[in-house]
Amino acid sequence: MINYSLTKEYTDMVDAYQKSGGNRDALVSPEAARLVIHENRVLGQNNIDGVKIETVETTRGVNVHLMTEEGIKIARPVHLCFGMLPEQGLQEIIMKVDARDNSEISVIAHCIFPNAVKVIHKMDANIRVGRYAKFEYHETHYHGDYGGVEVVPKAKIYIDQGGVYQSSMVISQGTVGKLDYDFEVFCGPDAVAELVVKAYGKKNDDIKIKEIIHLDGAGSHGIAKSRIVLSDKAKAEVRGETYGNAPEARGHVDCIELVNGTEAMATAIPIVSVTNDKAKVTHEAAIGSIDKKQIETLMARGLNENESIDVIVKGILK
Amino acid sequence: MLEVKNLYLTLNNRTILNDVNLKVEPGEIHGVLGKNGTGKSTLAYLVMGVNNYRPTSGQLLFNGQDITDLPVYDRARMGISLAWQEPARFEGLSVREYLIISGRSRRIEDVEEFLDVVGLDPSEYIERNIDNTLSGGERKRIEMASILAMRPKLAILDEPDSGIDILALPSLLNAIVEMNKMGSSVLLITHNEKVVEIAHRVSVMCAGRILKTGAPDQMNLWFKLNCQPCIHVNEPDKESEKI
Repeated sequence: MINYSLTKEYTDMVDAYQKSGGNRDALVSPEAARLVIHENRVLGQNNIDGVKIETVETTRGVNVHLMTEEGIKIARPVHLCFGMLPEQGLQEIIMKVDARDNSEISVIAHCIFPNAVKVIHKMDANIRVGRYAKFEYHETHYHGDYGGVEVVPKAKIYIDQGGVYQSSMVISQGTVGKLDYDFEVFCGPDAVAELVVKAYGKKNDDIKIKEIIHLDGAGSHGIAKSRIVLSDKAKAEVRGETYGNAPEARGHVDCIELVNGTEAMATAIPIVSVTNDKAKVTHEAAIGSIDKKQIETLMARGLNENESIDVIVKGILK
Repeated sequence: MLEVKNLYLTLNNRTILNDVNLKVEPGEIHGVLGKNGTGKSTLAYLVMGVNNYRPTSGQLLFNGQDITDLPVYDRARMGISLAWQEPARFEGLSVREYLIISGRSRRIEDVEEFLDVVGLDPSEYIERNIDNTLSGGERKRIEMASILAMRPKLAILDEPDSGIDILALPSLLNAIVEMNKMGSSVLLITHNEKVVEIAHRVSVMCAGRILKTGAPDQMNLWFKLNCQPCIHVNEPDKESEKI
């Protein structure tokens, strides 16, 4: 059932979403589940069979409860659109997800803050992935160039036996502003967790990323991957932690931070820990400048240095 | 087309290139044959202007214009390009995007066929990323396809056969001949006598010098007689003068 009010705010949000590269059809198709939130108001919502989205508006934002039916496989991604069009304000999303046993669902979240001068966007999520269920959560941000956004996404994810959780967060358009990302995953037996964060820090952007994976179940697997590019005076600290606590648990931390220029600053703190002699966790962290040979290869095709760097950065953040 | 005049390069008090003189004529595949460490790749880098190498002295002329001090992309825009011995890998950059960049204004339909020319199935490779999931040989062939897409006036190919298995070598050599037929002159750098058989002329390089230039069969024979085994690997000037 389609249930949204065509207010000016809604059309403005959809317009902003489209301008930032989103597919407008995703927010109007009756076949796809979706939720459009502006500030603390739910402007549009569409539920489909097998997926239930409940919302409660609060003074600071919206509480969202997303549930899938047991065994349901949702073919089309669910689209969530969170945004604030004014220059100032707070949006706090309290999210609860229940991906029930044997269900499969993919969620694409678009966070749009095109005019932000002083906007705070917080998300506090509690995600449960049932037995042999699969839950994908991909979040893309569209910020303006001012850098006035503070993004604070925090999540606790619990994956039951054989469940799969995959998430990505990408902030490559506009300036990041301030990002404080903190995701912590607890894996049951044979569960799989994949966390990916990609960000392009510019100007005075301040990026903090914490990805923690607890491999508590036998045979569980996890990877925490980050790709950060920094220029101007941007700074980033990436902390990737993986704990192998069960037999045959396998984990990996993979962090690459590229610094373009002399004033940006990158830090990586990989932590790998094992409490079971049959577990294995590894890490690789590389911080440095953009590979000169990559730049020169593209320059030998006729691109100038800035164009070459742009191609390389876009690839890394893709 | 390309004229290298009295080119010297000294790095850390060591002479790498020692009075190199070389001409690549329009429409020519010009092989540079030499053992490892004789300065062949350095010559390629200097002609392209990469790797932070600048000649200690000497001159590089391209179609009569002095390019010695031009940046890489200006040389590329004039029609020079380089396929590296070990091509760079790019996370997140697809073969399609790379060919489009190389082909500049050409449409993908017009450049993806070059994957076929180098022995790769376009439908299998066009969406793959040019990253560590490709083998060294696959990456080399994609590099060659990108040069074909660019259609440079002068293609510098640095050891195009290295990392290529023996069965794939004919398609690679065919790609170089095809490139030449399409109008590119080629500076073909190799240590492999088989590879220079497709050249019109070959220069033998040793200890940073061009020792001799001539027809491929003559230069191959001379190379076999004088350089196999090499009596002065990586040793400089006076040893090479004995040859």
